[in-house]
Amino acid sequence: MQERSSERPVVLEARELIKDYPKLRAVDGVSISLRAGICFGLLGPNGAGKTTTIEMLEGVTTPTSGAVLFRGQPAGDEFRARSGIQFQATALQDFLKVSEVLSLFRNLYDQQGALAEIIELTEIGEFLDRETDKLSGGQRQRMLLAVALVNDPEVLFLDEPTTGLDPQARRAFWEMVHRLKKRGKTIVMTTHYMEEAYELCDEIAIMDRGRIIARGEPDALLQEHFQTTTLVLPRAAVAGREALLASSPVFGHDGTVVRETDSQVEIQTLQINAVLGELLRLQRDLSQLQVRSPTLDDLFLRLTGRELRE
Amino acid sequence: MSWVRLKRFFSVFHARNLEFMRDRGTMAWNFLFPVLTVGVFSFAFSGKSQDLFKVAWVGAPTHPAALRLHETQHVQFVDVPAQELAGALARVRRHQVDLVLSQSESGGVLQYWVNDSNPKGYLLERLLLAVESTSSVQRQTVSGREIRYVDWLISGLLGMNMMFSALFGVGYVIVRYRKNGVLRRFKVTPLGAFEFLSAQVVSRLWLILITSTMVFAGTNAVIHFHMEGSYFDLFLVLLLGSLCMISLGMVVASRIKSEELASGILNLLTWPMMFLSGVWFSLDGAPRWLQSLAQLFPLTHVIESARAIMTEGATLAQVGPNLGVLFGLSVVFMAVGTAIFRWE
Repeated sequence: MQERSSERPVVLEARELIKDYPKLRAVDGVSISLRAGICFGLLGPNGAGKTTTIEMLEGVTTPTSGAVLFRGQPAGDEFRARSGIQFQATALQDFLKVSEVLSLFRNLYDQQGALAEIIELTEIGEFLDRETDKLSGGQRQRMLLAVALVNDPEVLFLDEPTTGLDPQARRAFWEMVHRLKKRGKTIVMTTHYMEEAYELCDEIAIMDRGRIIARGEPDALLQEHFQTTTLVLPRAAVAGREALLASSPVFGHDGTVVRETDSQVEIQTLQINAVLGELLRLQRDLSQLQVRSPTLDDLFLRLTGRELRE
Repeated sequence: MSWVRLKRFFSVFHARNLEFMRDRGTMAWNFLFPVLTVGVFSFAFSGKSQDLFKVAWVGAPTHPAALRLHETQHVQFVDVPAQELAGALARVRRHQVDLVLSQSESGGVLQYWVNDSNPKGYLLERLLLAVESTSSVQRQTVSGREIRYVDWLISGLLGMNMMFSALFGVGYVIVRYRKNGVLRRFKVTPLGAFEFLSAQVVSRLWLILITSTMVFAGTNAVIHFHMEGSYFDLFLVLLLGSLCMISLGMVVASRIKSEELASGILNLLTWPMMFLSGVWFSLDGAPRWLQSLAQLFPLTHVIESARAIMTEGATLAQVGPNLGVLFGLSVVFMAVGTAIFRWE
């Protein structure tokens, strides 16, 4: 029987982390508790404080106040030996081949992962003899993931791991993360791709202006914040928002919001049956009707009043 | 040092060596620059075009013949304290000084020394005797093989090349690592600062020793430098000098993140040493305060000891004070560099 995540031990804990820079509080009292084997995502727009937070968890940045605990103890040498990190931008020494970089970093640890397994998991076997500056973006990210795995880490940090990758490379990277999850790794990642967080993360925390403003499982958060259903129609099918509102009081009813873009009209409503019935009664063309579920982008917009990528 | 630490040290050491050896442009320059410099200076000073006469003026003689000679133009007079007469005579032997003048303690007789195989010494002797009878002037001779300028210069060139390679090869590279984030990646591993820095030091040290040895051996095969002392002693001087310079580079690189600032500081260190440590010319005729200032520079001690071994056949014991200074500075620089080092 599979162990429930709530029964697993807490691996990593952050208590009231604060990070001040001159004239700026980048992180303002963040507390996180991560159980073993989950994939945790920190989401937020640029400047929300997620990279500073993950760097404090990694031990790269010292918090102004607060503490990071690994298995209940202040994170120190043992944590450094038992964690793997893929930075948002990782620089390596020039002129080294992929195999040499792996060997270099592997030898820095007492406990080492099985090299063949790491190579197979990250699919870097075909370019082991290539110098690192001659890799494509996707190949480089796979190699950096391999470097982060050389010590068979308990906790793996991935800071915006797919930023700048094409969709195919991003999907391939997601597959690797899925494989790592199956092996029971605890993963902490930041991303501003909501579909990535939804695909990979068991738990997310949304950050804005240095604070966590929502936290939980992605579906649970969406259900908590969205009871509405969104109908999307071509603008021509309903003659635009104003015409639709004027055609029936159902569309201006409490619990129903109508939005308009250049080509579409969105009807967000709690009364899906009434709205659909009214559209049929008015004999609108519903041949291109789409029903859209709320996304994490919608959630962020609702929570902060700002678009995620602002 | 435990096996784990040694393994980390050798991994970083190996990676740095690979990086250097695959950077063909930089490696070629490390060989080419000193060879070119030695070649150019050897060619430029191969003729007998130097027409400056040099007289060691020991103990400020007041004899009329000496004073008359002192009025002669195009003769350089180098003031030498009376107790350093032996050093001045050694320089006459090597043709680095053409004539030594010293007055006897009673004040009456003017003694002078010339090297019979030095034509400039012969001319200066004629000038001296043309203005005074020989009754109160006492001639003495020394003999010895001529030291060409290139024989004298090679110690300086080797030292200068070693200085640039050490300071920029470690100082500048560590700053670059810090700026582009290489150090940040190492920081989150169990690698310690001392393991990382010692790997950088040893990697650069052996590269300098290899390049210096190859450059010296290669140019020596063509130019046949004057070598009075032991090659092993010379090697030890280079080893200690390199260690000292690399450690100095570590101190510079311990915290700086800007390559421009590092470059400025390294230039601030290298340029005075290049001109005041005796690479190109002797500071014998320079003011005392300048000579004392030069003693603060590690390069001065490298060049003084290497030159003494090559041209005077000095032993390790004789260059001991210089080596002691280099060793002491190395220890201080390494301790300070490691103590104040920051990964970011």
